[in-house]
Amino acid sequence: MTDPADNVVHGQANAFAATDYERSKARKELAAKSLFLVMAVLCILPVVVILGYLVIKGAPAISMDFLLTNPRNNLTAGGIWAPLVGTFFMVLASLLIAAPIGVLAGVYLNEYAADNWFTRVINLAVVNLAGVPSIVHSLFGVGAFVLFLHCGRSLLAASCTVAVMNLPVIITSTREALAAVPMSFREACWNMGATRWQTIRTIVLPNSIAGVLTGVILEVSRAAGETAPILFTGAVLFVPVPDHGWESFVPYGLWDRFMALSYHLFTLSTQIRGVSDEMLYGTAVVLIGLVLAVNSLSISLRVYLRSRKRW
Amino acid sequence: MSLEIPRHTILGIIGPANSGKTTLLKCINRTIDFIGSARVEGRVWIGDEDVRRMRNVYALRRRIGMVFPLPVGLPLSVYDNVAYAPRRAGIHDRRELDPLVEKCLRQAVLWDEVKDRLDTLGTKLSGGQQQRLTLARALSHRPEILCLDEFSIAIDPVTTMKIEDVLLELKQEMTIVLVTNLVQQAHRLADNIAFLNDSQLVEAGETEKMFTKPDNPLTLKYVTGVFG
Repeated sequence: MTDPADNVVHGQANAFAATDYERSKARKELAAKSLFLVMAVLCILPVVVILGYLVIKGAPAISMDFLLTNPRNNLTAGGIWAPLVGTFFMVLASLLIAAPIGVLAGVYLNEYAADNWFTRVINLAVVNLAGVPSIVHSLFGVGAFVLFLHCGRSLLAASCTVAVMNLPVIITSTREALAAVPMSFREACWNMGATRWQTIRTIVLPNSIAGVLTGVILEVSRAAGETAPILFTGAVLFVPVPDHGWESFVPYGLWDRFMALSYHLFTLSTQIRGVSDEMLYGTAVVLIGLVLAVNSLSISLRVYLRSRKRW
Repeated sequence: MSLEIPRHTILGIIGPANSGKTTLLKCINRTIDFIGSARVEGRVWIGDEDVRRMRNVYALRRRIGMVFPLPVGLPLSVYDNVAYAPRRAGIHDRRELDPLVEKCLRQAVLWDEVKDRLDTLGTKLSGGQQQRLTLARALSHRPEILCLDEFSIAIDPVTTMKIEDVLLELKQEMTIVLVTNLVQQAHRLADNIAFLNDSQLVEAGETEKMFTKPDNPLTLKYVTGVFG
């Protein structure tokens, strides 16, 4: 309620006194803002809880020995060297396949493609590819790479499957990075007789490369965590690999079945009996640590990009 | 519309907003091709060549300098901005580029302001400086035809006057098409005037005639400020 006295200051009418309606407006604004804030804070909660829980339970297992030795005794003892290396090579191979295709396709779609049915078909395909469940990708991988292309269940087949799965992410992030370069720059170049390729090479890419790389790096962290697509295409429970010497750094060839961290964690927690909690959580900590490390690399790249923005 | 632009003259194109002035310029250097929804009819002849039949648009655009109203400094150094077009045309020798860059920047009345900081980013210059940088870029590939669309919109009156003097000199070397909303600027510079309204050419003729006794009453209204 408006106190009539509020409206009179020094005997004069106060033009700035709030009306009832304005008070209710302010109350609703506060309520709305609080609601949104609570929801935003809720997003942090799971991350903090998951990380805290994992680190507390898994920290005792983490040691150089744990990282650098192979699993022993039916996976109940030893470390995680073999799956760690397997994940590394799987991610590397999938990156080598997906990054060039994805980036170049993104450049085409953003820089060359006219708005016609052909472009719309490609866009539709990309969107749908992104929506395919990972387990379906796995079955596709079995059909396409393992059987049809005769890769067998192998590092190569699994990497190809993961690459296909992450292709839309790279394409989309590349397009976004390129689209952030103002159109007027391109027009200025075209007006001076530059070709589209000259414009891309001299203006568009130099000013979007960090954004493009950010997307590629994010693909790494996604690929590292994937379990379903490698399930039927190449990851296995256990591979006896060398423990010492240079061979322990390249234990798998492209045609070999391999161990991977994510799949290793899956088997430890569901298939094997007698695994200590420490080992289980220790493996989880390493996996999530890897993903977070890669993500922070991509975030720092983005910060760096923002700091040297040139317009 | 049918419009003839004699070599080494300045044509002023005037007309209210949305009358097709800029679109006309885009037809000349065929950047209209980039607008997917545009349908192009008619012919643009340069000498005895039809621009729409040219196989290589880059050879066409090399002969045409284009300045659009919004200043665009490319995210390169001032030097590289001006050297952009020559480099894309295959000139990489600094001994050739240096004098060319200086000449273009002088013609755009920008040299004195940037001569000591040619390595700063073009995007960091002020709006008016970027506009003159755009002009310098348009001159950098020695065009035969210079199209200016509202070039003085971000530039102060004193500098504008200096650039106008340069344009009158440049007339010796090139044909200039000047789109402007400043009727007085068209009066000062142009040999001929074309008046566009509602995507139609209302009238074209010699500047003096257009300003004193044009054939169409609408033209007189526009140039005297009654119409619009």
